[in-house]
Amino acid sequence: MYSETVMEHFKDPHNAGRLEGANAVGLVGNAACGDILKIYLRIENNVVEDVSFETFGCAAAIASSSVVTDMIKGKTVEEALAVKNADVVAALGGLPAQKIHCSVLAEEAIKNAIDDYNKRRGEQ
Amino acid sequence: MSEQRKVYLDHAASTALDPEVLQKMLPYFSVVSGNASSQHAWGREAMAAVDEARERVAKGLNASPNEIYFTSGGTESDNWAIRGIAEAHAEKGKHIITSAVEHHAVLHTLKALEQNGFEVTYLPVDRLGRVSVDDVVSAIRKDTTLITVMLANNEVGTIQPIREIAREAKKRGVFVHTDAVQAVGAIPVDVKELGVDALSLSAHKFYGPKGIGALFVRNGLKIGRFLNGGGQERTMRGGTYNTPAIVGLGYAIEKAVRDLQKNAEYVSALRDEFVKRVLSEIEYVDLNGDVGEGRLPSNANIGFRYLEGESILFTLDLNGIAVSSGSACSSGSLDPSHVLLAMGVPAERAHGTIRFSFGKENTFEDVDYVVETLKQTVKKLRAFSPLFSARGGSNV
Ligand SMILES: Cc1ncc(COP(=O)(O)O)c(C=O)c1O
Repeated sequence: MYSETVMEHFKDPHNAGRLEGANAVGLVGNAACGDILKIYLRIENNVVEDVSFETFGCAAAIASSSVVTDMIKGKTVEEALAVKNADVVAALGGLPAQKIHCSVLAEEAIKNAIDDYNKRRGEQ
Repeated sequence: MSEQRKVYLDHAASTALDPEVLQKMLPYFSVVSGNASSQHAWGREAMAAVDEARERVAKGLNASPNEIYFTSGGTESDNWAIRGIAEAHAEKGKHIITSAVEHHAVLHTLKALEQNGFEVTYLPVDRLGRVSVDDVVSAIRKDTTLITVMLANNEVGTIQPIREIAREAKKRGVFVHTDAVQAVGAIPVDVKELGVDALSLSAHKFYGPKGIGALFVRNGLKIGRFLNGGGQERTMRGGTYNTPAIVGLGYAIEKAVRDLQKNAEYVSALRDEFVKRVLSEIEYVDLNGDVGEGRLPSNANIGFRYLEGESILFTLDLNGIAVSSGSACSSGSLDPSHVLLAMGVPAERAHGTIRFSFGKENTFEDVDYVVETLKQTVKKLRAFSPLFSARGGSNV
C-alpha cells in the first residue's frame, strides 16, 4: 500500500524530535482525529537554517513530516511557503488516496510555522 | 544476517489452516469431484462428505444436523440470520435490539434494515465492553422480534452474557441470534446451554478454511430463505456445495472442540505473560477490556498513550510481527474503533490501540521477542511524539 520512499522515511525519519534554538513552531491536526504535526524552524536571515518535526500519526503522516523537513531545509522563507501538498506526495513517490490529508497537514504545518515566525518578528 | 523472526499475533483476523484439516480436504478438490446434489455415485460420495461434515458441526455445537446450514462464512451467516428472522416475523413487529460493539457484518445489516422500516436499539456497553442484561430487558417492546448480540467481541475479546439474555428473551417471546464467530473453538459453545435461536460461525477463525461458515437455526424457528437457487440446504440457501471447504469446516470444528481446553490454557498463558510484561515494562499503557474469565483466552488489547496505532503496527510489521490496530488510519475510515469508543475510551487513546491475538502455534520465545520489539518501537516513536514530549501539559 505504501511506496518504498514512504517506508524509508517511516523507518528512518529525518529531522525527528524537538529542535533546540527554534524560533518558530507550527502545529496542526488534533489527537482525536489521530494526526498531529508539529514543525520547529530556526530561521536566520530569511533562510530555514534548521528544521525538525514531532508527529503523532500514521506511517504516512510521519513520512510526510520527514520528507517536508528535507524539502525546506536551507531554503528561503518564500521557497518554503511555496511547498504544496502535491510536492510532498510527489517526493514520497505517491500516497494512498485516504492518506493524502497527511501531505496537506505537512503543507499546513510549514505555513503555520512561518506565520508564527512572522508574528514573533512583528512582536519584537 | 540471521533470518528475521516471524510472529503472527493476528489470529482474531484469521488463522492458518491446520495441516491435518488440509489433508482431509485435499481429495475433495480433485478425486471426489461430483456435485453433491447429483444422483450418481460421484454426487452421492460428495453428499456423504457434506452430511458427515454437518454432523461434525452439529456435534461441535450440541445441535442437530438439520439445524445446521452451510454458508460462505461469518458475514453471510450474520446477514442471513438477522434479515431472515426479522423479515419472517415482521408481521409481529419491526423492532430489533443489538449492542454498540457488534461486528460490521451485524451493524451494517441492521443499517440496511433501518432503511426498510425496521427500528433498531443499540445498547451501550460498560467500560469492559459488556452489555447489561437489565438494559436488554428494558429495551424489549411489544414489537421486538429479535435480539442480536455477539458471544465474544473481536476487538477486545469481551464475552457477553448471552445465556442470561436468551433466558430473559425467551420469557418474553423474543428470538436471540448470537455472532459466535470469535467464540467457537476459543470457549465452550453449546446452543442448548446458551438457549439461543440462531448462531453464526466461521471456519477460518479456528484453523479451518476461509470462505466457509455455518448458521445454526433452532428447529421450528421460522427464517426467510437466503439464496434462491437449486434447492440446496433444504431450499434455504441455493448454490452448489463447496465440498472441500465444508469437509474442512467439519474437521476443523471437531478438532477445535476436542482440543479446546488444552489450547485455551496454553494460549491464555502466553497472553497473560505478554500482558503482564507489557504492563510492567512499558510506561503509559492501558489494557482495554476484561481480565480473566470474561475475556477470550487469545485476546490482548492494549493502548499505547501518545502514539497512533498504525505507526506501531507498521514498525512491528517491519520486524516480522503481525498485529492489528484500533486506529482509523489502518482501516481507511476516519473514526477510531467503534468498540473502544463505546467502552468510553477517549478517541485519542483509541487511536493508539493495538490488538494482539495469540494462537496455538505461538511460543513463549515469541512473547519475548514481541515484548522486546515493542519496547524499542514505543521508545522510537515516542521520541518524536508531540503528545509525549508535552505530556503533563506543557507547550502543545
Ligand atoms: C465477530 C465477527 N463476526 C463476523 C466476522 C466475519 O466473518 P467472515 O470473515 O467469515 O465473513 C468476523 C471476522 O472478521 C468476526 O470477528
